Amino acid sequence: MATFQFDLVGPERVLYSGQVDAVQLPGSEGEMTVLPGHAPVLTTLKTGILVITEGPQHGKRVLVRGGFAEINATALTVIAERATPIEELTPEIIDRDIEAAELQYDATEDYDKRREIEGHIAQLRESKVTLSF
Amino acid sequence: MASLKDLRNRIASVKATQKITKAMQMVAAAKLRRAQSAAENARPYAERMAQVLGNLAANLTPGADTPRLLSGTGQDRTHLLLVCTAERGLCGAFNSSIARLARDHARRLMAEGKTVKIICVGKKGNDILRRQFRDQIIEVVDLRGARQLGFEHAEAIAQNLLKRFESGEFDIATLFYSRFRSVILQIPTAQQIIPAEIAPAAEQTATDAIYDYEPGEAEILASLLPKNLTVQILRALLENAASEQGARMGAMDSATRNAGEMIKKQTQIYNRTRQAMITKELIEIISGAEAL
Repeated sequence: MATFQFDLVGPERVLYSGQVDAVQLPGSEGEMTVLPGHAPVLTTLKTGILVITEGPQHGKRVLVRGGFAEINATALTVIAERATPIEELTPEIIDRDIEAAELQYDATEDYDKRREIEGHIAQLRESKVTLSF
Repeated sequence: MASLKDLRNRIASVKATQKITKAMQMVAAAKLRRAQSAAENARPYAERMAQVLGNLAANLTPGADTPRLLSGTGQDRTHLLLVCTAERGLCGAFNSSIARLARDHARRLMAEGKTVKIICVGKKGNDILRRQFRDQIIEVVDLRGARQLGFEHAEAIAQNLLKRFESGEFDIATLFYSRFRSVILQIPTAQQIIPAEIAPAAEQTATDAIYDYEPGEAEILASLLPKNLTVQILRALLENAASEQGARMGAMDSATRNAGEMIKKQTQIYNRTRQAMITKELIEIISGAEAL
C-alpha cells in the first residue's frame, strides 16, 4: 500500500515523523481521513483523537487539542497546539483539562466564547469515553 | 605588609569562591544541555508555522478584512517593547546586552516623538531598565516560579499582549531576546511581532497547488495569527533560556580561571613572606650568637 510522509509537530517537540498509510484527523468541520494522494487542504483542528495507521494492525493514537493540518501533494503536517500520545495519557490529565475549561467557562460572559468552550468540554468528555477510561 | 595569617585567610576565601564558580559553571552546563535541546525541539514548530503562514499570506489579497495582527493599525504612534531577560544574574553580559539593545531602541523612538511602553519579562531586565524608564514600564512578568518553560507561559504573555492590542494600547510590538547561536555566541535580537512580519513565501516549495481551506481562508488566518504570536514568544523564551545558561557558563568559566590565577599569585606572596620571616629569624639568631 502506498504511504506518505506524516509529521506531527508540537510546540515543545516533534511527536511523530515517518511514513504512514493513513491518518484520521479531528478537523474543525468534521472528522476526515487522509490517504496518499489527498488534495491539498489546510484545515484547523478541534480537540479530538488523531489516529495514525502505519500499516495493518499497526497504529498510534494521539489526543490533540487545537492546531491545524496542512495537506499537500507529498506530505501531511499537523501542527498541534497541544498533543499527548495515548500511552502518556491518564484520566487525570483529561479531568484536569476539563476542569480548567470549566473554570474558563465560568470566568467569561461572552456568549460566543462560552459556546466555544462548551464544545471544547464536550469533545474532551467524548475523547475520554472513546479511550474507555 | 599583610601578616601570614591574613594571607592564608585571603587564599582560603578565594578558594571558596572558586569552588562556587566552578559548581555554578557545571550546573549551567547541565542546564544548558536541556535548554538547548528544548530550543532545538521547538524550532520545527515555529518554522512550520511560519511556512504555513507565509503560504497563506501570499495567497491573501490585502483588503479591508485583513486581520489587524497582519496589517497593523495603520499607525505607528505607540510602540510596545517586550523585553525578555533572565531572572538571575551572574551570567556575563547577557542581561545587560539585551537591555542595552532595548534601551537604544526606546531612546530612538522617544527622540522621534513616539510613545514607548515596556513590558519586562524577567526580573533582571526590569532592574536595569527601571532607572531610566520608570514611567514606561507598564508590567513585569515574573517567570521565576517556572521550573520548565512551556507553552503555557508563552500563551499567557501572548494573551496579555493581544488584549492590550485589541484595546488599542499600542500599534507596534517588538520582542527583545537573545538568539542562541552557540555556547560562546549569543546575539541580542529585536523582532517585530505585531504586526506580524511574514517571510515572503519561503523558497517556493513544491506546494504551488491551490489549497482548499477548511473553514475559510480568513478564519484560518484569524486563528493562526494569535497562535503565531504565542509561538514566536515561546521561541524567544526558549532561546533566551539557552543563551542565559551559555552566557553563565562562559562567565563562570572565566571567573574560575581568574580565581585560579589569584590563588597562584597570593600563594607566591605567602611563600615569599614566610621565607623572608625565616631568613630574618635566622639572621637574628646568628648575629645574636656572634655577639657572644
